[in-house]
Amino acid sequence: MISLKEVEKVYRTEEIETLALSGINLEIDEGEFVSVMGPSGSGKSTLLNVIGLLDEPSKGSVLLAGETIQGLPDRDQARIRNQQVGFIFQTFHLISDLNVIDNVEIPLLYRHLASFERRSLALRALERVGLASRVRHFPSQLSGGQQQRVAIARAIVGQPRVLLADEPTGNLDSQMGEEIMKILMGLNEDEKTTIVMVTHDARLAEKTERIVRLFDGRQVN
Amino acid sequence: MLRNYIKMSLKVLRRRPFFTFISLFAIGFTLTALTTSAALIDHTLAPMPPETMLDRTLGIYHMTAKGETVQVNSNPGYKLLDRCIHDLPGTEMVTVFSSAGSVNSYLAGRKIESHMKRTDGAYWKVMHFDFLEGHPYTEDDDRNANFVAVINERTRREFFGNTNAVGKTIEADGQRFRVTGVVADVPIYRNNPFADIWVPIRTAKNDHYRSEYSGGFTGLILARSRAAFPEIRREFQARVSQIDLADLELPGVQVLSARPETYTEAASREILGTPVEKTRTAYLYACFAGLMVLFMLLPTISLININVSRILERASEIGVRKAFGASKFTLVAQFVTENVILTLLGGTIAFIASWGILAGFTWLGVVPYAQFSPNLRIFAVALAIALFFGVFSGVYPAWKMSRLHPVDALRGTTL
Ligand SMILES: Nc1ncnc2c1ncn2[C@@H]1O[C@H](COP(=O)(O)OP(=O)(O)OP(=O)(O)O)[C@@H](O)[C@H]1O
Ligand SMILES: [Mg+2]
Repeated sequence: MISLKEVEKVYRTEEIETLALSGINLEIDEGEFVSVMGPSGSGKSTLLNVIGLLDEPSKGSVLLAGETIQGLPDRDQARIRNQQVGFIFQTFHLISDLNVIDNVEIPLLYRHLASFERRSLALRALERVGLASRVRHFPSQLSGGQQQRVAIARAIVGQPRVLLADEPTGNLDSQMGEEIMKILMGLNEDEKTTIVMVTHDARLAEKTERIVRLFDGRQVN
Repeated sequence: MLRNYIKMSLKVLRRRPFFTFISLFAIGFTLTALTTSAALIDHTLAPMPPETMLDRTLGIYHMTAKGETVQVNSNPGYKLLDRCIHDLPGTEMVTVFSSAGSVNSYLAGRKIESHMKRTDGAYWKVMHFDFLEGHPYTEDDDRNANFVAVINERTRREFFGNTNAVGKTIEADGQRFRVTGVVADVPIYRNNPFADIWVPIRTAKNDHYRSEYSGGFTGLILARSRAAFPEIRREFQARVSQIDLADLELPGVQVLSARPETYTEAASREILGTPVEKTRTAYLYACFAGLMVLFMLLPTISLININVSRILERASEIGVRKAFGASKFTLVAQFVTENVILTLLGGTIAFIASWGILAGFTWLGVVPYAQFSPNLRIFAVALAIALFFGVFSGVYPAWKMSRLHPVDALRGTTL
C-alpha cells in the first residue's frame, strides 16, 4: 500500500541544513495499523507529510496505492490526496468559518457529488465518531476531544484507503485519547483502513501491529 | 461546482461580518460617489432634450477685446453676433438669444421672481423643447416685436395655478405678454435652454443692444455635421477680424476675438480658466479621469490590502483544503468567487444608493428643475473596474498561496 525507498528530506534555511529524514525504507501493507515513535524533532511529522503528499521528499521515491508520487502534476496529486488519503492533525486544523458538517464535507467538495449525497455521507461519518448531535456547531463551540472527532470524521468521510494521524491524541487527556484510539482501531478492523499514527504514548503504540522508531531522521530497530 | 463556491462564499462572508462590512463599504462608497458625480457631469454636458443636437452645435459664448489699456472678457453682444453669424458655410440654422435675466412680476400683490430670456424665432427650432401646451412664437413674431411669450411649467403654476395658460397674458419686467406655449422645466445648469419666460428679442425696452459688441447674448450655430466645424470656425473668426475696431466705441482696443466653441469646450474653458485659443475638451476629460482615478485609488488599494491579508489569514484553510484534495485551480476559483460576490453586492448597494441620492437631489430641488438619474454607462464602467480589482486582488494572493506545499500553508507561512 505504502512503499518508501531511500527517502531523504532536507530542510534548507539561510544557514543551516536540517536532515529531517535520511535513508528511510518502509513498506506498509494494506490494512496494517502502524505507529511511529521517536523523540521530538526526529522526523515523525515529516515522514507522515511525505507519505500523505503534503510535502515532497528531497530524494528517494514514495509509492502510494501503486502510484509513484514524485513529478505528478498538481491535479493528479490533488486527486490522490482526495481519494487515497485522510489526514488527522495534532492541532485539528478545522476551518473556523465553517460549521461541523461543512468541515466534514470538505473532502467531498472536490468530488462530483450532489449536495444531498455529501450531506448524508458527512452525517454517517459524524455518527461513526459519535457527534451526530453537533452538526450545526462551529469548531470554537466544541471541546478539544470533540474537535478531534470532527477532524476524524472529515478524514474518513471520503473512505480513503490510508489514514495518516499525526499525534491525534497529543492535545487530549488520556481518557479522550483512549476514545480516539478506539475509533481508529474500529476503522482498521471494520474497514480494513491502513493507518499510520504518530504518537508519544507507548501504551497506545503497543496496541498497534507494528512500531516504527525514528531517531534523528533515521529508522532504528 | 460554481454553486458550491457561491454557497461557500456566502457562508464565509456571513461568518466574517466585520470584513464583509468594510469591503462592502469601500466598494459601495467608491462606486456610489463615482456614479453620482458622473451622472451630474453627464447631465450638465451630454446632449439631451431640449439640446438634442448639441453634438453638432457650436456656440459663441465668449468674446475678448484687448488693447494696451483695456481688456474686455464677456459674452458677445448682439451686434457682434448679428454681423458674423448669418450665412456661414455648412450651417443649417443659427439662433441668437440673451442671457437669462432676473425679472419680477406682481400678481395680486405677490411678487414672482423669474428668469427671462429674449430670443429670436429660430431658437425654438435649434432646441427641441417639450411643449405641454400651445406652440413657440415665430420669426415673424420677433420681426414684428409681438408681445408673446413661452413660459415653463413652474411659471404657469405660479400665475395660473393648474389651469391652461395659452391665450392668457402675464406681466413681467413691466411688460405684458400673451402666452403662446408652455414647456417643461429645464434645469438651471443647462445654460442655453434654461429660463422661466422666453420672449422675442425685439420686445426689449430699448434698442441699445443692437449697437453693442459685448455683453448679454449668446449665438448658436447648428452645423449640418461636425465635419463643417473647422470651416465654420475659420469663416466666423475671419469675419470678426474684419470688424472695424473704431465701431466698438471702446478706445484703445487692438484685437477683437470670438471663437465658436462646442459646449464642452466652453465648459472646460470656464472650469479650467484657460484662454479661448488654448481650450481643448481633452484637458477637461483628462481632469475628470484623473480625479476619478485618484478617488478610486485609495479604496482600491485598501481593498487589495484587505483581500491579501484576508487570504494570508486563511493560509491554514488553504492548507487544509489542499490536504483534502483541492487543486490550485479550485482554490483560486473559490477565492475569486468570493471576491466577485463581494464586488457585485457592493455594486448593487452602490447602484441603489446613487439612485437614492440622485432622486433625493431631484426631490429636494437642490438644483432647480433638475431630473437626475444614475448614469448607467459610468456605473457599468466603474463596476467593471471594481470587478477587475476584485478578481485581480483575489487571484494573485490565492495563486501564490495555492502554490505552497500544504505543510507550509498549514503552518501559516506567509508569502
Ligand atoms: N519547514 C521546516 N524548515 C526547517 N526545518 C524544519 C522544517 N520542518 C521541520 N524541520 C526540522 O526537521 C526536523 C524534523 O521535524 P519534524 O516536525 O518531522 O519532527 P517531529 O518528530 O514531528 O517532532 P515533534 O514530535 O516535536 O512533532 C526537526 O529538526 C525540525 O526542526
Ligand atoms: Mg511532529
